[in-house]
Amino acid sequence: MVVGKQTLMGINGDEAVAYAAKQALVDVCAVYPITPQTIIVEKYAEFVAEGEVHTEFVRVESEHSAMSACVGAAAAGARTFTASAANGIELMNEVIFLASSIRMPIVLAVADRSPSGPINIHCDQTVSLAQRDTGWIMLYCENAQEAYDTTLQAFRIAEHADVQLPVMVMLDGFVLTHTLENVYLLEDKVAHKFVGTRVPMEIEVGGQKIPLKLDPKTPITIGPLALFDYYLETRIQHHEAMERARPVISSINDEWAKLSGRKYGDGFIQSFEVDDADAVIVTTGSTAGTVRYVARQLRAKGKKVGLLKVRTFRPFPSEKVAEILEGVPAVGVFERTHSIGSLGGPLFNEVRSALYDRDKRPAVLGYYGGLGGRDLHPDYFETIYKELFKVKQTGELPPRPVKYISHRE
Amino acid sequence: MAKQKPSYKEIPAAAVAWKPATDYKTGDWRSKRPIRDTEKCTRCLICWVFCPDGAIHWDGEDLTFDLDYCKGCGICAQECPVECIKMETEE
Repeated sequence: MVVGKQTLMGINGDEAVAYAAKQALVDVCAVYPITPQTIIVEKYAEFVAEGEVHTEFVRVESEHSAMSACVGAAAAGARTFTASAANGIELMNEVIFLASSIRMPIVLAVADRSPSGPINIHCDQTVSLAQRDTGWIMLYCENAQEAYDTTLQAFRIAEHADVQLPVMVMLDGFVLTHTLENVYLLEDKVAHKFVGTRVPMEIEVGGQKIPLKLDPKTPITIGPLALFDYYLETRIQHHEAMERARPVISSINDEWAKLSGRKYGDGFIQSFEVDDADAVIVTTGSTAGTVRYVARQLRAKGKKVGLLKVRTFRPFPSEKVAEILEGVPAVGVFERTHSIGSLGGPLFNEVRSALYDRDKRPAVLGYYGGLGGRDLHPDYFETIYKELFKVKQTGELPPRPVKYISHRE
Repeated sequence: MAKQKPSYKEIPAAAVAWKPATDYKTGDWRSKRPIRDTEKCTRCLICWVFCPDGAIHWDGEDLTFDLDYCKGCGICAQECPVECIKMETEE
């Protein structure tokens, strides 16, 4: 594969996202700082101050205002970017629903941090996963390189004519946001060509095709009242747009691979040694790196273990996940979140549900851990693989399918 | 049979309104309508200023209530200094 010249930089995940946003030629960035996302804001503010970007940088007074300003700017036709974390995402929640409902292709970087309380600034994915029904496309990154690559891809996916939906790019707090890694950046001109120019969505109003854009020449009302008579129809349109994003996410992942030499599976899932595996761990984000390390070591000892990393959580790749996992004897779903009062967490429920209609359903166990930034040691995953092997050998399932790990008993 | 409303495939994407707000006759929300005593009324236009729906029209000589949009809130009756507006329950 012939790829263009790239610059190797020692940067953290937050900086990687800021560089990607810089190369994406963002028109408007309305953003409020919050740990562990702050470096994104600081770095981007530096680009603005140095005149390296021609972005309207809006210093808003809250995250609710940040997303509101992004919606306004996007409605005016601007390419729009913002970033936040935990409590900030919770505060912008009202406008997060609105942005996707009125089809504003905003890119939001989420530095995953545990929700309060007790107050905590470290990593888990509870807050971003709680956004799963907001109608946004959700992409989870494993490392700083993927954060850079995915942020640039996010603009293309969001603004694609068939999609026109906002995209969240998740990077694990501190594990990725504050950890220095080697990251390859594309040349500016190559990145600029890749993202292109934003073309507003075309809508048909009264038999006339016009751009979805606030323009005095073609006045429209964006975000009007729709009650029991029309609301449901608008929601089904939104659902269909999300379905149309599926081929787009894959094709942009392929296009990126040609440019950069880096490919993330089919854009949705990335599997490692799953073909003949007796036990597979499914996970997302930076944990996938740790599990891959463990799986590689166990493979060297002849153990048939594999990893399935879920990169795209919305739209969820149910078919693809089921295809890979059908026939595997035992599957463990590890989540850096929990769902109190539910059988399992969001990823566990998706994976198990995806397998329900399959003939050869695996035993699926769920694991919660690493909440509040609790370090995820490779030993935990070795233990999970051991438990999965035991299930395969004995055929016996534990009384409850989901449990916590990494805590003190 | 009443004409069926458009399907989700027919309405504009992104929930953009495809007709002006004036096409929605919000006056049918009203449970009380304003009745003005034209003898008592001094045409001071305080009601015209206060109407939150712009449903009171002034043609330069006299006032009319636009019942297509008047939601019957009664602010005009409350604000009228000569108390010439009464709110009457709709049938």
